[in-house]
Amino acid sequence: MTGPEPPLAVLAELTHRCPFSCPYCSNPLELERRGQELDTADWRRVLEEAAEIGVLQVHFSGGEPTARTDLEDLVEHAAGLGLYTNLITAGVLLDEARVGRLAAAGLDHVQLSIQDSEPAESDRIGGYAGGYQRKIEAAGWVRAAGLPLTVNAPMHRHNIARLDAIIDLAVGLGAERLEVAHVQYYGWGLKNRAALIPTRAQLERATEVVEAAIERLKGVLVFDYVVPDYYAHRPKACMGGWGRQFLNITPSGKVLPCHAAETIPGLEFERVTERGLAEIWENSAAFQRFRGTEWMPEPCASCERREIDWGGCRCQALAITGDAAQTDPACSLSPRHGELVALAEAESEREPPTFEYRRMTRKEPIEA
Amino acid sequence: MTATRAIVEGGSLPRLPRHVKLRFNQRRNRWIVLAPERVLMPDEIALEILQRCDGATSVGAIVEALAETYEASADDIGGDVAELLQDLADKGFVEL
Repeated sequence: MTGPEPPLAVLAELTHRCPFSCPYCSNPLELERRGQELDTADWRRVLEEAAEIGVLQVHFSGGEPTARTDLEDLVEHAAGLGLYTNLITAGVLLDEARVGRLAAAGLDHVQLSIQDSEPAESDRIGGYAGGYQRKIEAAGWVRAAGLPLTVNAPMHRHNIARLDAIIDLAVGLGAERLEVAHVQYYGWGLKNRAALIPTRAQLERATEVVEAAIERLKGVLVFDYVVPDYYAHRPKACMGGWGRQFLNITPSGKVLPCHAAETIPGLEFERVTERGLAEIWENSAAFQRFRGTEWMPEPCASCERREIDWGGCRCQALAITGDAAQTDPACSLSPRHGELVALAEAESEREPPTFEYRRMTRKEPIEA
Repeated sequence: MTATRAIVEGGSLPRLPRHVKLRFNQRRNRWIVLAPERVLMPDEIALEILQRCDGATSVGAIVEALAETYEASADDIGGDVAELLQDLADKGFVEL
């Protein structure tokens, strides 16, 4: 067997620190702390190794990546290596001068998260008073610096009724792209699923709103629409297939096939401080475990879509069936599909419980 | 907000926006278009067109250049070139 294709992109989680505490954060429940973070020299070397193995884009993410004072340095290094640089930010730690420095360092693109079009709701969802206003200011600085802007709007039952207003907001901010991203139920999102999951009717209306807006705003705003696959017929090709296109590097340097992969028991993730990125991508057991189609059970193994959706999402299979090697229950061919749908329908019809906001938990000291 | 859809015409001067990069990737030994959270692997014709999107060459001139390269008539390929550029413009890969 020949080795895997070179990866397209790296998600570089520079830190898990973040001023927001969104209840659907894609970070793991057990957040890494400042003292565990890779230093500047480590990240510079990782970027070099990434460019060498064929990575084309680096997404600087977090937590909140602007919490790292060496962000400009890392952007400049990545740009110098020919990597396309994207900053995924909540925006509130930025000021005009820093946006200018990032643009001068060679930043190619900014993705700004927007929680809601209603300021008070936005601040409540993100758990950060005054956050909405600062995001609006940050968007202005990004556009003034000549940087292209994508607005990322995570959707759930608390903001889904205002999707039209959120689209208008993105246009008003001068964004070229809008990601209407239904919350994915892993990590914090899974913990808060009952508080977040929309009803099927809400989802269908949102899809109509997006489809109409795609037509209306053709050539003005490009849409990326991420659907929640609880109500889907076929699963998403999670990460474009395990170990096929993406790798995720945590603040402490663990290399993951996706940001939620640490939830899967029995997988060990290697660190960039212990092994080269090329070796990890090509040979590490965690990347090999669900790569390609050989690991697949039926009905995936003989399915004509096996190289389209790559069996869906391993973390979702784990979350619903207890076994990451099962067919993703989002697929209607999965014997567990009915459970998933019943669960979504039941939770979305009930009064939502209060949020369990994302926060750092202090680990108990390990006993001697 | 006054942004409107740009429509490709014969006199349009297409160019790549600053944030869209057409680069040769050594590892893959091919040209690649890099854009926000998107990667395009252009085929030969698309590459020929993209390499001429310099903000100075008109769509009409691009069509003529391609007609010469591929020994086709400009009338035959003009529609395809315009269609491809319109699609690229709608997706934000090309500015007019």
